[in-house]
Amino acid sequence: MDAMILQEKLVERLLCPRVRTARQKDKQYVGFATLPNQVHRKSVKKGFDFTLMVAGESGLGKSTLVNSLFLTDLYKDRKLLNAEERINQTVEIIKHTVDIEEKGVKLKLTIVDTPGFGDAVNNNECWKPITDYIDQQFEQYFRDESGLNRKNILDNRVHCCLYFISPFGHGLRPVDVEFMKALHEKVNIVPLIAKADCLTPNEIKKLKDRVRDEIEKFGIKVYQFPECDSDEDEEFKQMDKELKECTPFAVIGSNTVVEARGQRVRGRLYPWGIVEVENQSHCDFVKLRNMLIRSHMHDLKDVTCDVHYENYRAHCIQEMTSKLAQDNRMDSPIPILPLPTPDLETERLIKMKDEELKRMQEMLEKMQQQMHEKDQ
Amino acid sequence: MAATDVDTYPSEEMRNLTLGGHVGFDSLPDQLVSKSVAQGFCFNILCVGETGIGKSTLMNTLFNTTFENEEASHYLNGVHLRPRTYDLKESNVDLRLTIVDTVGFGDQVNKEESYKPIVDYIDTQFESFLQEELKIKRSLFNYHDTRIHVCLYFIAPTGHSLKSLDLVTMKKLDSKVNIIPIIAKADTISKSELHKFKIKIMSELVSNGVQIYQFPTDDEAVAEINSSMNALLPFAVVGSSEEVKIGNKMVRARQYPWGAVQVENESHCDFVKLREMLIRVNMEDLREQTHTRHYELYRRCKLEEMGFKDTDPDSEPFSLQETYEAKRREFLGELQHKEEEMRQMFVNKVKETEAELKEKEKELHARFEQMKRMHQEEKRNVEEKRRDLEEEMNSFNRRKNAAETLQGQSLQGSSAQSIKKN
Repeated sequence: MDAMILQEKLVERLLCPRVRTARQKDKQYVGFATLPNQVHRKSVKKGFDFTLMVAGESGLGKSTLVNSLFLTDLYKDRKLLNAEERINQTVEIIKHTVDIEEKGVKLKLTIVDTPGFGDAVNNNECWKPITDYIDQQFEQYFRDESGLNRKNILDNRVHCCLYFISPFGHGLRPVDVEFMKALHEKVNIVPLIAKADCLTPNEIKKLKDRVRDEIEKFGIKVYQFPECDSDEDEEFKQMDKELKECTPFAVIGSNTVVEARGQRVRGRLYPWGIVEVENQSHCDFVKLRNMLIRSHMHDLKDVTCDVHYENYRAHCIQEMTSKLAQDNRMDSPIPILPLPTPDLETERLIKMKDEELKRMQEMLEKMQQQMHEKDQ
Repeated sequence: MAATDVDTYPSEEMRNLTLGGHVGFDSLPDQLVSKSVAQGFCFNILCVGETGIGKSTLMNTLFNTTFENEEASHYLNGVHLRPRTYDLKESNVDLRLTIVDTVGFGDQVNKEESYKPIVDYIDTQFESFLQEELKIKRSLFNYHDTRIHVCLYFIAPTGHSLKSLDLVTMKKLDSKVNIIPIIAKADTISKSELHKFKIKIMSELVSNGVQIYQFPTDDEAVAEINSSMNALLPFAVVGSSEEVKIGNKMVRARQYPWGAVQVENESHCDFVKLREMLIRVNMEDLREQTHTRHYELYRRCKLEEMGFKDTDPDSEPFSLQETYEAKRREFLGELQHKEEEMRQMFVNKVKETEAELKEKEKELHARFEQMKRMHQEEKRNVEEKRRDLEEEMNSFNRRKNAAETLQGQSLQGSSAQSIKKN
């Protein structure tokens, strides 16, 4: 009897207050409903990290948007290049890391900037440094994961890439299409329409439809919001549906605080009115922030780990095993994997050469026959 | 009467005389004006800017009409120019307006060749004018002048600085056409950002030596307004094809959830300034500059290329006619020379072939002789052999006869002896 009372008391102490009421109702209560809380506590203790990449032409408001999203000033002493310096500019990769905290939750935020993208006169393959960087992070993680000491793996993989589309055109440009096609299988791409304060509501709608059509036409796989569970409430489902129909988000950012309708808000002051960044009827900034930070941050990380990283890993391992098989002609060290798929390219070449050889042999025979007949 | 017969007062200064009354030649400008109005004016604008930046909308707004245009695609392989000509009429003044659009500018991934079609187009228009000027039977007053009078360069409102493509293109165009840079879609830049942006653009243009069009300040009537406008370049413009009700009027504006940008409101954008400068004040000056500066430069370069000079090595002025004659003679001389050369070559070739043929003939003859000799020798040999053979046959026949007669004799002898015995 004592033991039972003791056990009950222990359970009570371990539980959070809100679950106690449930426990009191249900006598058959086991207690693993507290798991989410345990996860919560542990993760708060561990802290989170998130790597966000921003890409797009200069002057589309990327830095301003990042500052508005995280309410900090990450780009204090930035030097912008002149036009003549940019004629032959190559793309650089610059990382800014900040530690921010909110209600006890710590976030290590890394912003990966890509200055110089699309700025030069000749932009052939200007996305190569970016794809190389993403692959490098994957490779580093792969190596750490396969290493002996796996206690402190630093996760530098890029979890999300915000791609800024220029609002001054009629849709996607060739450089946009090529960039997204080069990256859509390596990172979650979230396309945004930048500087949306130069578009009237009609124009925004037209542009969004256009961009969505072109994304589908070119087969670009952007980040898809996960379907909500069927047991979620109607309001949530409605919100989710609205969110999906709003992509790509048309955003406006601001570094300045203005006075509007009696409040101090982030906004842009024009002679004809004030644009409020957080006003849902002005732009989709709030939707983007909610999606990126408040609801889908972890999903972005999961998709990066489960889909993009796994793709990379499988590809890497296949390459390694096929190379080994070529070199040593012995069983691959990981027998679980299927036989290495031979290089399609070389197989095709071999087939071609075989056919050529056969054809030449036939021709030779024919010629020999002819000569023979002539002799006779 | 020959020109040399006229007396000329030796080196007399020009004298200013005062008139005693009203003569009436102060109506000369009016006569000129009425003649020009009767003739009609022509103006050619080139709009350079990336696809979707608002070139067509701005043209519609500037001329308060709707020119037909289709939305361009972003996926063209290269830049090409699309000229469209319209006839407009206001009061009693006719204007033949040509708007040239650069389609596909700034869309390609590799933009190194983007400026070439534009420069080629401008040069082609200059060239056709030059050809018309140099014709023998020419009609310049009837000629439809297609030379570009002004190039409106649309800068994207990034808020930082010029794009690298803008700088490269403007540098290639500044010596061929009057460039007026404008900031397009300016309703995305706030006032303070705009001020910094304009300063940055102008400093970049100056530091790279790009010469943009300066509104003329030598004419007193417009000097003041022009010089103040020069300081406000590049103009930040907004265009609109829609009208919005503001107050109780319908004005061209863009309606946003946070307000309406009025195109003709000077505190909203510089559209009115652009219209004023481009059309109402300096249109004629733009045409003049095109003719006297850019076209002359092109003409000079072209003629120098062809080899014409203004002064010969002795610093005596050449007349164009003399130069023409000299060139023509030179050309004919060259032609003759070339003909001679070709003829020589032909003759040489013929000689060579003849020589070859002759040699071959000789060779053939020699062979023929040789064969004939061989044949004769053989024949002799064969004859000899035949004679030998005949002789042998004869001797054989004689011996045969001799042997036969001997045999016959011996037979007779033996039969006679046998009879004797009996």
